[in-house]
Amino acid sequence: MSEIVVNHVSPKRSIPFGQEAAGALTIIALGAIGYFLYPDDLAFLTRLIGIAFLVLSLDLVTGYCGVATLGHAAQFGVGAYATGIACVRGITDPVALLAIGLFAGAVMGLISGALIARFRGLPQLVLSIAVGQLVAALANKLSWLTGGSDGLSGITPGKVFGIFGFDMYSRTAFLFSLGVLVIVFVLLQRFVRSPFGLMCRGIKDDDLRARMIGVSIYPRLVLMYGVAGAVAGVGGALTAISTGVVGLDSVSFERSAEVLVMLVLGGAGHLWGALAGTIIFMIFEHMVAAANPFHWMTLVGLLLILIVVFAPRGLIEPVLTLLSRFKRKGSAA
Amino acid sequence: MSDLLEARAVSRSFGGLQVTCDVNFKLAAGDRVALIGPNGAGKTTLVNLITGDIAPSAGQFFMGGDEITNLSIPDRVRRGLVRTFQTTRLFANLTVADNVALAIMQRKRISRRFFSSSTELPEVRAEWSEILANLGLDRFAYRKVVELAYGQQRLIELAIGLALHPKVLLLDEPAAGVPHDEAPKILEAINRLPPDIAVLMIEHDMDLVFRFAKRVLVLAAGRLIFEGSPTEVTADHEVRRAYLGSYADARRVP
Repeated sequence: MSEIVVNHVSPKRSIPFGQEAAGALTIIALGAIGYFLYPDDLAFLTRLIGIAFLVLSLDLVTGYCGVATLGHAAQFGVGAYATGIACVRGITDPVALLAIGLFAGAVMGLISGALIARFRGLPQLVLSIAVGQLVAALANKLSWLTGGSDGLSGITPGKVFGIFGFDMYSRTAFLFSLGVLVIVFVLLQRFVRSPFGLMCRGIKDDDLRARMIGVSIYPRLVLMYGVAGAVAGVGGALTAISTGVVGLDSVSFERSAEVLVMLVLGGAGHLWGALAGTIIFMIFEHMVAAANPFHWMTLVGLLLILIVVFAPRGLIEPVLTLLSRFKRKGSAA
Repeated sequence: MSDLLEARAVSRSFGGLQVTCDVNFKLAAGDRVALIGPNGAGKTTLVNLITGDIAPSAGQFFMGGDEITNLSIPDRVRRGLVRTFQTTRLFANLTVADNVALAIMQRKRISRRFFSSSTELPEVRAEWSEILANLGLDRFAYRKVVELAYGQQRLIELAIGLALHPKVLLLDEPAAGVPHDEAPKILEAINRLPPDIAVLMIEHDMDLVFRFAKRVLVLAAGRLIFEGSPTEVTADHEVRRAYLGSYADARRVP
């Protein structure tokens, strides 16, 4: 009996940083379409980018770690409020404000994670709602700090890098947000493929198996929550900077639920899914709300039912399947 | 030198049901021990007790002289106590390579890195591609685990166990469900392990037990009723009655 032992698996062919470059270019291309074709909608598109950060952040904990949460707006809102408060009190440099939002979001993420990651399943979901509601209640009650139900207004950030001032057409805000999105997205692409990111996906698949290879799960989930909080905090900061106001809606339950819907729509567990879900949901909502202000929620509900029935794993899934089939064909030829 | 693993008067009951009863055994360096017993004897429960998946009602476990009874599962794994599962527990949506690579990275303590590449890291790659090649899994390296046949998934269980470089390896029916022509790979893989580690294997296939084990523990109704060489086990009257007898009876049925 002669057996040929193949002691080598040919490495996965990939161009170094190919995925990152593709990600950056795609986002820039989409941004260019928005900037040049819809110059009147830049304020809306900037808001869309802000929400995209929150959906990406939710994807990190829900899509990659399997944590069920309906209170994720807390991280976004805390980032937004921290940025707004800092700006009103005199820190006006946009980059510094961004850093403040990021830091505040990360701290809020670590706190929520420390609570939420202790549990699984329904208790976890309920706890996430409780954390979200607590933050919302605090934002309302601490009106001397947050402006309460009137919202925090008078946020007037300085010029980006001291050169580009924020204009009434939101051009600067849009380009600034887009730039930050490109950077964060590329970093996240790297992050989710790192040992840490891969292990999180493992924990989602089977946490007992993860423990049986020696992984302590809890600290990892808390850390992931911190990273997700930072991403959401950046989104909150950008929204505060670009709109000039922070309202209670930014920490609301509706916001948390809406971003979960966007994530499921696009496809949880893929960064592209998060992005696609945000873009499709928000543009659809924007258009339908303009066309039919009374029944738009009905139409959004209808769209959701259709997607859950025909693409239960999100819109990105069929696209990815098609891409991988295409790749396999390519390598077989 | 102290024993790699020792169980001292370990008992466990679920409600009124005593599943493990005053179990004592030792595993020394180089041991190749089979744990056999009829269905429902509590073999998997015993493995779950050793790994910390469930806590004993009474008794203690020691590794190298240190008590580990109160350590968490990951802490025990870090001390070199590694198991495979009877019903596969794998990272089903990751690739085969990722499954093994995660174990390797965890062992090398690089699994907390945030931005470096993971599975394709050269030192990680070299290791998993060798493990997979030895188990005949290299063709499937980049396939998702869910896409594989059950028998191949069983081999991935073993691959993960090997990747952790265990000091004590507990194999829960590693050959169950593995296609007949692939089964020898399991024994080959075990034979390639460093001689100074201890291996405890739960197995029903007596052929495999005879080829693998130098010592056999027999568990019946939660108690260790016999310990000895494979030939002694088959000769023992008590064991035949509790276990092999039922086997022999079953075979007599045409």
